[in-house]
Amino acid sequence: MIPFGFSLSPSSVTDLDKVDTRRYRELLRLEPGAATCIGCGSCSATCTSSAWTGMSVRKVILGLQRGRDVEVDAMLRGCMLCGKCTMVCPRGINTRNLILAAMRISKEDGK
Amino acid sequence: MTERIPGAFHPFVIPFLAGMLFVLGYCLVGMVRVTLELPREDRRRFLLSLITPRTLWKNIKDIFLNCLIHVNLWKRNKNLGFMHSSIAFGWFMIILLGHIEVALFLPHRIRFFYYPIFFNFFVAEADATIKGSVMMFLMDFFLLIILIGIAMAMVKRIRSRWFGMRRTTRLSLLDSIGLYSLWAIFPLRLLAESFTAHISGGSFLTIPMNWLFHQFLTTEYHILPTWWAYSIALGVFMCVLPFTRYMHIPAEMLLIPMRNAGIRVRHPRKGFAKLEYYSCPGCGVCIDACPMSVKKENLKDCTVYLNRQLRRGNERRIAEISDKCLLCGKCTAVCQVGVEGPELRVAQRERRRYAIDPDYSTVRPEVKGGSKVLYFAGCMTHLTPSVKSALSSVLETAGVEFSTMDPDGGICCGRPLMMAGRKEAADALIEKNRELILGSGCDTLLLSCPICYRVFRDSYDLPGIRVVHHSVYMDELLREGRLKINRGYECYVYHDPCELGRGCGIYDQPRHLLASAGELVEAKKNRAESICCGGSLGSLSLSFEKRRDITLASLRNLTDTEADAVVTACPLCKSTYGRYSDDTPVMDIAEVMQHKILLYENHE
Repeated sequence: MIPFGFSLSPSSVTDLDKVDTRRYRELLRLEPGAATCIGCGSCSATCTSSAWTGMSVRKVILGLQRGRDVEVDAMLRGCMLCGKCTMVCPRGINTRNLILAAMRISKEDGK
Repeated sequence: MTERIPGAFHPFVIPFLAGMLFVLGYCLVGMVRVTLELPREDRRRFLLSLITPRTLWKNIKDIFLNCLIHVNLWKRNKNLGFMHSSIAFGWFMIILLGHIEVALFLPHRIRFFYYPIFFNFFVAEADATIKGSVMMFLMDFFLLIILIGIAMAMVKRIRSRWFGMRRTTRLSLLDSIGLYSLWAIFPLRLLAESFTAHISGGSFLTIPMNWLFHQFLTTEYHILPTWWAYSIALGVFMCVLPFTRYMHIPAEMLLIPMRNAGIRVRHPRKGFAKLEYYSCPGCGVCIDACPMSVKKENLKDCTVYLNRQLRRGNERRIAEISDKCLLCGKCTAVCQVGVEGPELRVAQRERRRYAIDPDYSTVRPEVKGGSKVLYFAGCMTHLTPSVKSALSSVLETAGVEFSTMDPDGGICCGRPLMMAGRKEAADALIEKNRELILGSGCDTLLLSCPICYRVFRDSYDLPGIRVVHHSVYMDELLREGRLKINRGYECYVYHDPCELGRGCGIYDQPRHLLASAGELVEAKKNRAESICCGGSLGSLSLSFEKRRDITLASLRNLTDTEADAVVTACPLCKSTYGRYSDDTPVMDIAEVMQHKILLYENHE
């Protein structure tokens, strides 16, 4: 094959029929507020840690719904639990509890 | 004085003797176990403190004042104080006087340690001499004091409000057995001593009762049953004591020297933590104090119930109670024993295992230092920019040269992680911040957030750097004359933030600032008893809706003073109150100062 200097990226499409959402369901059990997220992104905008780690509660919830565990775990590792996201959340979601709950349930626990 | 019973023994002393030996053995084993469970350096420190004369004297004084006189309860409520000290001190005096009696009159019997307790049964004509009748008088006197205390305790079960308590603890079954046997001990002692008063002698209480009984009881068969009953009541009380709240009596005597030695909670269940939850008297003063108790569903989440569940080992409830708490520290402030509810809860949170651990290796904040004063705004101040701009303007007016450590948002101070029980992660952040501060070349670290202030003050190792909260710093600037303001007619009420007041003991400087700016009024609950705003980062599981009632109740305490503005020194309190306060403006103390400075400059 001739090296063109570029290649095709693998598809990033999420097939919702094949996604393993057990971890998300477990999260809903521990913090039901997660279901009320409207994805406004206030949490992402205020996040202390996002500048360095890309942490965003909105993306954590979205990532769990789509089964993107690796990305979610990388974000969760950056959280400093400062509570700014809780303060600004227009839905009043207890985001700190949500983050701690998500950190508690690893992929294996969700089974 | 003669001995009535030859051999100085009667089978009725056996229940007492069994109970006494059991409780002594249990406490001794417990004492040794708790001491052995301490970490090595703590144990060394504790044992050294026991042979240091200064701490030894402090221990004796504290044990006397707290365990016998109950000074803290006297400060809370006179009736409550009298009830407890009459029973505790009265009982102590009866035991002490009993021993003095034996030592004075029958010194060869002092080695039978039931003898002083049942002295009146074993002797005859004890009041024949002046010395004897004085002793008898004192015994009757202290018995009367105890009986008044017991009567008050009975009234307290029905009308706890007379004792300054709205709610009291719900007793467990064993607690009830302990309580009723304790109540029974002293009336039974009175009966027993009255029945034998014509033989042993007595005083103003026992002799008239003896005369009264003899009007209708002509035989002597009732003497022994009452002494048996008295001994059984004592025995039952002592046998159930280790499993009831009355365990606080012996536990507190060890807790006080350990606390004076500076021992802290290091393990969630062992050593000092165990001693703390066994020292809880279960009085329930913390129930009324807890800010969460405005909602009935939270009543069983106070420290008194945490201690009970810790003793029972009910893991589900322990986790639930530990996660809910706001960690405001008010239960510790009102607790007569000083059980540290927040520390116990954080220790329980630290036990939890997580599948994912934080990793801050990519976090590389920078600092633009240069000035001697370094201002760290912190996360919460970034959410309330008015505080930051007000403080900056105040500092500029005073001519303070300062640089901001986190102008575009820095990293967290580590306190929220610490409160969540993730100590290792907190330490990682602390280390990052510490390097930044030490590298900036400052000599003063200025904080506008009490949450940050507490952790920078207590958990950071910053040699040569003064850590100061903005309320204290502005107060100094005002006293030095670097800030000029005129006193106005506005009326301010000051809210003590939990972390600044109870956490760091700063109450007066903010008040001095406000009193210089206008009229300062005090809320009903203030200083160490100020009510948490409900926004605390301490609680992990309380949801937004459930915090609402806490905030409203706390705000009502402040707005009831009809002040023109609610002033606080914490950005978190400010934004929490600001959400619900419609009529009264909520301001940070820096904003008040900025406003006053502007007025002064325009006036001049």
